[in-house]
Amino acid sequence: MLVVTTALFVAAFAAPLVFRRLGRSTFYVLAAVPAAGLVWLLAQLPAVLAAEQTAPTGSDSAPPGFSVPWIPALDVHFAFRLDALSALLGILVLGVGALVLFYCARYFKNDDPNIGPFGAQLTAFAASMFGLVTADDLIVLFIFWELTTVLSYLLIGYARTRIYARRSALQALIVTTFGGLSMLLGLVLLGQLAGTYRLSSILAAAADGVPELAGTAADIAIALILVGAVSKSALVPFHFWLPGAMAAPTPVSAYLHAAAMVKAGVYLIARLAPGFSTTAFWHPTLIVLGLATLFVGGWRALRQTDIKLILAYGTVSQLGFLIVVTAIGTPDAALAAMALLTAHALFKAALFLIVGIIDHQTGTRDVRKLSGLARSAPKLFVVSLLSAASMAGLPPLFGFVAKEAVFESVLAAPSLADGRFLGLGVAGWVLVGIVAGSVLTFAYSARFVWGAFATKASVPATEFRPVAWMFLAAPAVLTAGTVVLAWIPGTVETLAAPYAGLFGESPEPIHLGLWHGLTPALGLSAVVVLGGAAMFAARGAVARVQDKLYPLIDAEKFYRYTIGGLDNVAVWVTGRTQSGSLQYYLMVILIVGGATPAVAAIFMEQPVPLSALAFETPTQLVIGLCMIAGALLAVRANKRFLAVLMVGVTGYGMAIIFALHGAPDLALTQLLVETIVLVAMVLALRSLPARLWESNPSGKKWLRAVIGIGFAAVMVAIAVAAQAGRVADPISLSLPKMAYEIGNGHNIVNVILVDIRAWDTFGEITVLVAAATGVASLIYVRGRGDGGRATADVEPGSVGRGTEHIHSSSRRTAALAIARHFAESAREAWIVAGRTLAPERRSIIFEVVTRLLFHSLLLISVYLLLAGHNLPGGGFAGGLLAGLAFVIRYLAGGRYELAEATPISPGTLLGLGLAIAATSVVGPVLVGGELFQSAALEFVLPVFGEHKFVTSTIFDVGVYLVVIGLVLDVIRSLGSEIDERSEGRGITERHDDVHGTTEGAAR
Amino acid sequence: MTTTAILASVAEDVSDTNDPMSINVLLLLVMGVLFATGIYLLLERSLTRVLLGIILVGNAVNLLIVIAGGPAGLAPLYEKDIPPEEYADPLPQALVLTAIVITFAVTAFMLALIYRSWVIAKRDEVVDDDEDLRIAEKGHFDVEEDAEVAADTSEFTQDDVDAKGARP
Repeated sequence: MLVVTTALFVAAFAAPLVFRRLGRSTFYVLAAVPAAGLVWLLAQLPAVLAAEQTAPTGSDSAPPGFSVPWIPALDVHFAFRLDALSALLGILVLGVGALVLFYCARYFKNDDPNIGPFGAQLTAFAASMFGLVTADDLIVLFIFWELTTVLSYLLIGYARTRIYARRSALQALIVTTFGGLSMLLGLVLLGQLAGTYRLSSILAAAADGVPELAGTAADIAIALILVGAVSKSALVPFHFWLPGAMAAPTPVSAYLHAAAMVKAGVYLIARLAPGFSTTAFWHPTLIVLGLATLFVGGWRALRQTDIKLILAYGTVSQLGFLIVVTAIGTPDAALAAMALLTAHALFKAALFLIVGIIDHQTGTRDVRKLSGLARSAPKLFVVSLLSAASMAGLPPLFGFVAKEAVFESVLAAPSLADGRFLGLGVAGWVLVGIVAGSVLTFAYSARFVWGAFATKASVPATEFRPVAWMFLAAPAVLTAGTVVLAWIPGTVETLAAPYAGLFGESPEPIHLGLWHGLTPALGLSAVVVLGGAAMFAARGAVARVQDKLYPLIDAEKFYRYTIGGLDNVAVWVTGRTQSGSLQYYLMVILIVGGATPAVAAIFMEQPVPLSALAFETPTQLVIGLCMIAGALLAVRANKRFLAVLMVGVTGYGMAIIFALHGAPDLALTQLLVETIVLVAMVLALRSLPARLWESNPSGKKWLRAVIGIGFAAVMVAIAVAAQAGRVADPISLSLPKMAYEIGNGHNIVNVILVDIRAWDTFGEITVLVAAATGVASLIYVRGRGDGGRATADVEPGSVGRGTEHIHSSSRRTAALAIARHFAESAREAWIVAGRTLAPERRSIIFEVVTRLLFHSLLLISVYLLLAGHNLPGGGFAGGLLAGLAFVIRYLAGGRYELAEATPISPGTLLGLGLAIAATSVVGPVLVGGELFQSAALEFVLPVFGEHKFVTSTIFDVGVYLVVIGLVLDVIRSLGSEIDERSEGRGITERHDDVHGTTEGAAR
Repeated sequence: MTTTAILASVAEDVSDTNDPMSINVLLLLVMGVLFATGIYLLLERSLTRVLLGIILVGNAVNLLIVIAGGPAGLAPLYEKDIPPEEYADPLPQALVLTAIVITFAVTAFMLALIYRSWVIAKRDEVVDDDEDLRIAEKGHFDVEEDAEVAADTSEFTQDDVDAKGARP
């Protein structure tokens, strides 16, 4: 049976492609899939019916089924099982599904928008529905259940441009998923109580009277599951979503909202009834809600003027009816319920399809506009009349057979005998309710036929084009089923008998049939027909009564108020908490972040440090005081660069603190980073005004100070506790040995980075690549700005001309003259592109120093990289140093100098670095090792002597290249590109054309 | 004497006097000041100051990790005859090293943001989000979403019927 489900899903996925080729005729192809499934299912029937229904899957006498472990830890299996109940539902799902898909081929147009996805969704729905009725695992069942909900949402909302369709879709989704959630709780509870999620095992256990499944917990689980079933099957008080769902295309309504999906609730109740119909909430809930629904649906169907809504409310009513009968829990009632289920699927799907044809051919479904169709569409009329008569319960049709069976089974229901209300037993009330509901059913059936087909005196005859037989075929086949089954009711009885047998033996079993003699049931049928006919005849009076009573309660309004109220509360809460101020958010985060450990510290015992040390060395004291001063001055500074410099002081201080602490790698890295950051800051912030604020608009000075100091105090306390609270040896005690013996390196920190915790480092360099790309994108906006003008084409002295404010004092003029001479004498070319700079921007000393430093720095950086495994250094430090070398080139010779210095673009470097690092990750696997495994290769070079090369250095080379790429991207974006944009203008002027932006207008 | 050796010898001087459970008041004070000033700046509206705040807080956190890792010790460069507890703990160092580089990347990104914000809007400040303010001023949800809509009585427009009627 998984093959059927899978085939349907595959067809669904392929559908959009086929639609492109075949247009609406694809529906014929799609219809073939469930039809083939139906044939397979019919072939299985003998085995299914002969099987012992309660036997566990896998035993010889069990119905066909199988189970594959899916999530063994949670005891969830892909378990499916095809017993008699599943088979009956499966026949309806696949049969009606095939017919509806067949019908769609004439209902839609080739150029309907989204017809491909629609076909796919409808087919996928058939798959989910079949999966639902065959699933034998609670969780798998739930998944299919929710799949049908989601697909129903998509199918109802097919007309995307109509607000009514969208809203109805959402309403159906919210109501049914609400029920679904409750059901999930119930299913999990039930599964936990039973110790298994296998549905058949749970039911077998419940039938055996296992104590776990009989207590209050089981009652609650079942009640929760019933909420799901009741919401799915549109029972009061959830009934309103079903009429709303009529916004779906009519074939969808016929399939989902008449024959299949809404029956899922009935199926679930039928499935659970053999084990749980005696639990505390079962009868009270289902019988009361069912009868109320039966009545409310029928009552409101009589008021509708849209023939589709008459059917929709009729469906609500019939679902209530079905649930009542299914819930009773006697073998007779079970048989009657199955007959009624079949009858309803046949006539209701047919009637919906007929409504679709009428709508399609006339453009309306309004009874006040339709007139004379009985004459203009005789074939359609005959088909409708038969199906509507079956719905009303008229002989000799299957609807009559089913209803007779229901009357008989309720008359003979012994389990409902106890308990009386207003002098009538429960069975009596059920009977009264059913008869009253059936009277209403008869009345609205008549109203439907009259509304759709009658010739109304005051309405001109509606234009109706002849219907193609292909279009009429589907409802005609369903109606033929209604007629034929009435004469061979034994077929349905055979199908349903194994299921009914689960409820034990009936003392006087009922049988389906057209004629049982003059029985009380026949009398009730006569009452129904007479009552219904009278109601239809007096429809004017009935309508007046309805107008007076209506609406007593409107569940839909209640739903709308609830949802509207929820929306308003959400808006209110959002408005109160989301002020849009980053400052405010940060304050909240920091206060919570500081207060949480502070509160914990108050209530829990804290470790107290045994000894305290003022400072370790005098150097440390001096540096510490400098850092404190720097940080405080950074806060006070109102000039941008002063603040930047003061922060720089703390950064350099950190480097020395690290060095004193025994962390040379950190000291080196911090030193290099601090230098590059300082340059980058100056380059980026030069476009901004020198002063920070005239008046500080941030406000809340004291509050910010309190938060800052408070948070700092908490962090200090944490640091103290961390030091004083040491109880165990640090895990790093084993690291030195590991680093040397396994990682083959003396520098433990470097081995941690490239070997022991290399995954972290790999993640980090990926972040670096992302940040570098981000910087380049933010500045260049379009692309990475790779490539550009060749230095040779640049006019000497053209770069940066006129941007410096050179005053006209004579000394400066003299200096300028020297500079010009220097600039123009090509012989002493210390750096490649120095001549492109404006003379006043050049410095001979800087150029010479650059010339001397650049290559040395690059060499040292390579040394740091290679030696880093054993000495301070490594890829990060090496890369930063190399980056710094490029920064110096840029500062000395401007952007063309930088371009000359970097024949490879930063983007390529980043990619290359990442690729090399990735290779060193995967490489070992290719030679049979593990990810990141390293090895040491020892070799002797003629001049350099004995050497050891550790393969993790390759990873470090990747890191090295990524870091160079990052630095280059930063310097190129914040340096070169901003230079170019500001060329010839004051640097703080606007130099980036963004259309339509003036002060703040980009907001 | 290489730099490493100098660094190691400096660390050695202090490591003798250190008890692992002892605290260093100066470092704690520095860390506290860095946190306090960093957060003070972070809560400003000026983007430049926010960035400076981030850098200060970054330094403070790095210091916290190093402090929490234990007292100063020898540079973690393996020698056979040095017992492992003599080294400064290498693990927090590795963490801080990556943190330093990441902070650099974040700083560069923030700088680019500041530049772009200035170029586009001539603003170096974080302004309140307009959309959030709009929602805060609103008392209720979109009315159109909640209004009653008449149900359709047909899926087909008259054009559809004409076109389809010809070839059903």
